[in-house]
Amino acid sequence: MSLFAKFDPIRAGIESLFGSARNPFDVRFDKVLSPTEALLGGRRVLLLGTNNYLGLTFDPACVEASMRALEEAGTGTTGSRIANGTYSDHALLERRIAEFFGKRSAMIFSTGYQANLGLISTLAGRGDHLLIDADSHASIYDASKLSTAEVIRFRHNDPEDLAHRLRRLKHRPGNRIIVTEGIFSMLGDTAPLREIAAVKREMGASLIVDEAHSLGILGKHGRGLAEAVGVEADVDFVVGTFSKSLGAVGGFAASDLPDFDLLRIVCRPYMFTASLPPAVIGSVMAALRRLSTDQSLTTRAVSNSRRLYTALAQSGFTVGPEPNPIVAVKMPSPASAALFWNRLIDEGVYVNLALPPATPGSMSLIRSSVSSAHTEVQIDRAVSIMSAVGRELGVIAAR
Amino acid sequence: MAAQGSILDRGRIEAEIITMLSGRVPQGVQVTSETQILRGLGLDSVAILDFIMDLEDRFDVSIPLDRVAEVQTISDLSGAIDKLMRDAG
Repeated sequence: MSLFAKFDPIRAGIESLFGSARNPFDVRFDKVLSPTEALLGGRRVLLLGTNNYLGLTFDPACVEASMRALEEAGTGTTGSRIANGTYSDHALLERRIAEFFGKRSAMIFSTGYQANLGLISTLAGRGDHLLIDADSHASIYDASKLSTAEVIRFRHNDPEDLAHRLRRLKHRPGNRIIVTEGIFSMLGDTAPLREIAAVKREMGASLIVDEAHSLGILGKHGRGLAEAVGVEADVDFVVGTFSKSLGAVGGFAASDLPDFDLLRIVCRPYMFTASLPPAVIGSVMAALRRLSTDQSLTTRAVSNSRRLYTALAQSGFTVGPEPNPIVAVKMPSPASAALFWNRLIDEGVYVNLALPPATPGSMSLIRSSVSSAHTEVQIDRAVSIMSAVGRELGVIAAR
Repeated sequence: MAAQGSILDRGRIEAEIITMLSGRVPQGVQVTSETQILRGLGLDSVAILDFIMDLEDRFDVSIPLDRVAEVQTISDLSGAIDKLMRDAG
């Protein structure tokens, strides 16, 4: 039997869903023109599915800082953080992240995925208990697999259920570590973090919050959901990424715990991979400065999100529970979602297609992500096209 | 709902699992003790994990994900739940 035969059902599923139509695995942008537009198949498309929440990918200050770092320090570090891959700017960015979150220390990773993989799998050791939200991102699930702890899912955004599952562990030794997210990546809903923090305190657990999608969006200073609901002191570890609001690539974890930096000598996904290139460090530092000094970035991202969310709901779409920069629209089936997604690209709008098992509750979703760089005209055009395609395919009622 | 802490025998656990599955699997899927959970139920991996969460509530045990990974058939699953219930006393 072929080594790849085990993937035949997945291949067959994709072939049956898309046939000869384009599928998300084959999308190649000819050229990205700006945070909100690209050329795809020779045609201009509106980008409404790139997680580029603050629109900083072409920000002049970020580009200039990146180019300066590239010229001064070269194209790559060619080494890991524990070998030759720590430059003074890696350490400086870690200090900046720690200062931004008001935490004692921070570590940067080469991707956001690796930040979760490294932090969670290293902290949760044999005999410990890892409690993860059922709708957690794949990086949290993969971290759970890599960890030697017992891993228990709790019902999505259900602090009571979390408490119940923690009580079941009452007489078991081992640390309890809770993992949740600021904004969940598929439906754009936020965690009930105040209540989860209360459970954490009552049960003597530790709390990890992944603010990947909430950094730069929630909280007065853009520090995420924990800031927005006033529980930053309860969050033992904040995790995040540079690849969304900060417009680059990389991840981080920050903490007040005095021994946090011990992770640098035991966390394999931190230790045994190449460190971020200087150009990325440069642009991320510039993006952090932009976030800290220009509140209009967040304000526009939030108002654009509300505009899209409200208009799609008014058009008759079933949208996610909250108006955040991730705006998900529920489709009746994987086949209709695939067709809808294809028709949107035909009409010049690029969004994300999210299908089971990558979605909660086996939902088929058209997932948009909104940027502060979008104009109101662009948002309105997207709504108009999505509504027309929705009526054409019978997803929403005809006017 | 069984009283908390009561020990059901493995056969009864298995029968309950099969009953609970009957409303969830696609039409035409027959569930027996030897049905393969990943390949035989016609459910995706997340739907299986969500079903296991319902089993956790039904039997008042937590089934850690590494234990789920070791389970292949409905019989294995009932055995795992039986053991977890006995361990919990």
